Amino acid sequence: MSKSLNIAEAIAAAKSAGRPAIVAFMTAGFPRRATFLETLTRIGSAADVIEIGVPFTDPMADGMTIQRASEAALKDGVTLAWILDELRGAAARPAAPLLLMSYLNPLLRFGFDRLPAAARAAGVSGFIVPDLPNEEGDEFATALKAEGLALVQMVTPVTPRERLEALCRHADGFVYAVTMTGITGRSVDVPDEVLSYLDAVRAASGAPVCAGFGIRNRGQVERLAPHVDGVIVGSALVEVLERGEDPAAFLRELHL
Amino acid sequence: MSAMIDPAAAAELLAREIRGDFPDARGRFGPFGGRYVPETLIPALDRLEAGMRRWLKDPDYQADLARELNTWVGRPTPLSHATTLSARWGADIWMKREDLAHTGAHKINSAIGQALLAKRLGAKRVVAETGAGQHGVASAAACARLGLPVTVYMGAVDIERQAPNVGRMKLMGATVKPVTSGDQTLRAAVDEALRDWVSDPNGTYYLLGSAIGPHPYPYLVRELQAIIGREARVQMQAQAGGLPTAVFACVGGGSNAIGMFYPFVADRDVEIHGIEAGGRGPGLGDNAATICFGTPGVLQGAYSLLLHDEHGQIQETHSVSAGLDYPGVGPEHAFLSSIGRVKYGSIGDDEALEALEELSCSEGILPAIETAHAFAAAKRYAATHPGARILIGLSGRGDKDMPTLTRTLLKGKL
Ligand SMILES: Cc1ncc(COP(=O)(O)O)c(C=O)c1O
Repeated sequence: MSKSLNIAEAIAAAKSAGRPAIVAFMTAGFPRRATFLETLTRIGSAADVIEIGVPFTDPMADGMTIQRASEAALKDGVTLAWILDELRGAAARPAAPLLLMSYLNPLLRFGFDRLPAAARAAGVSGFIVPDLPNEEGDEFATALKAEGLALVQMVTPVTPRERLEALCRHADGFVYAVTMTGITGRSVDVPDEVLSYLDAVRAASGAPVCAGFGIRNRGQVERLAPHVDGVIVGSALVEVLERGEDPAAFLRELHL
Repeated sequence: MSAMIDPAAAAELLAREIRGDFPDARGRFGPFGGRYVPETLIPALDRLEAGMRRWLKDPDYQADLARELNTWVGRPTPLSHATTLSARWGADIWMKREDLAHTGAHKINSAIGQALLAKRLGAKRVVAETGAGQHGVASAAACARLGLPVTVYMGAVDIERQAPNVGRMKLMGATVKPVTSGDQTLRAAVDEALRDWVSDPNGTYYLLGSAIGPHPYPYLVRELQAIIGREARVQMQAQAGGLPTAVFACVGGGSNAIGMFYPFVADRDVEIHGIEAGGRGPGLGDNAATICFGTPGVLQGAYSLLLHDEHGQIQETHSVSAGLDYPGVGPEHAFLSSIGRVKYGSIGDDEALEALEELSCSEGILPAIETAHAFAAAKRYAATHPGARILIGLSGRGDKDMPTLTRTLLKGKL
């Protein structure tokens, strides 16, 4: 098993290759539970960081694509415990660092006392929790830190300047800069004010900055490249998986 | 069932609740509540909280609200003596008539109060969710009155079983969006309303219909609904000769109940009973009795009690009443249960329908099916507490339930 890079190293490695890092999101066990590890490996061959989505019944920050994938995975019996077991037992895991992206309730139910160690044993480097704002996150962040895991913070275009600076100061792993007000899945044309917002995030943050929500094509990555350290590709990749196409080929298109 | 805390700690928490310490600065009632939302909504909730603090006690706002409540909603609503039920049940039964409020349920108290706030906060449009359709109708009415465009999300299952309310919303100019994702009932409608709000947090006001969601909604809705209990308390003293032995209200998300209960919390001799939907029985998925059968977790913005499985996945619920068919509950109810101040129980579908029929033919009032759950529980209580003076929150009228009643009580009779 190759030693996995930490998140900042993985993003820096892409940067020294002269391109923004590709952070790829997949819903665990989608399109099929049986091919979870295969899909992960395939994506890992073309991504610098991988976000593994833990399916949830009420994904309030997600659009139709990820809702559909989440529902399918739940029907197929995918649970957080199963994901961790699969990862722990995998013969090989991708070199790219793995993040679990989950709504809070499945994590709470698993137990903050057991989860960080179980996640570390499964080769997970950190968590992204869309319904856990900074104010509510201390307990989980502290528990993760004890195992050397990151809790990635999100910022958005409507985050006021002072708050943005405070959130960026706390940043762990990378800063997840949401490109728009809205849910995942819509395409964004990346207007100029988004670029200046990303510049502000970068100026405030010691950690790398990755932009996500609505990234679907190479043109967007080219436009974002001077302003970010990485881009996050979610719904578009899930749609590729849904259509049964090759996720690695799709992701390589986004390598500048 | 929530873990009960030790009596000394419970007494201390009750004293703080009575002092008005909750929600605290972090939006908590004891451990329950908080703000578990995407980062995009944090500034919007901060603005809502600041606006609420600015306006709720403002004399101009209060004058506007009082005028609308008195001359448009029809407040104060009466307290009626249930003469026939009192004789039949061997107790002294009083009904707080929110069914007589404009649009037919308590939901209008919060809808008009929030719409007046939305206006002052400069909202360009309003979104709302609805289960039974009563909050949707109330929001449509309040927004029509104030000239605000409103979009109401409603689960496809509820659109079918509460059809009369869909037409009412449309006539008042609301856009009704059917929700076909998730469980296609109230929970899915809340998810969709939140998704809409995330897309335009600056221009849109989310007019949440129950005492649920992220801080400050549970507080805001309680403040706007507490007029129910304040009026009832005074009316009981004037008409019934004193405070009730026990107060009953049905609990979905918990807005009519918290509005009725809150003004009685300090009256330690008054028993308070919240009644949830027992559905078909106690099994997971067979009911919507969150406090009776749930455990702590986070759903739709708040830490409260929930019906979920061992993996933290939210359960589909069942209730004959759309308004109670929800797997969560307002955090203040979870709190009041944990300190033992309010007792929560449940009533099943069939018993609720029987109570609906009994109230209809004995007092000439067709209540909402939600409301009927509280009556059924009060009837049980009367059987073991003869002579008790009982106050029941009659949260709404049952016209909206005709599709369900036609399939059940009226089957073969039309
Ligand atoms: C008449 C009536 N009562 C009660 C409820 C339940 O809601 P809550 O628990 O917020 O009062 C509803 C909800 O639609 C309702 O229409």
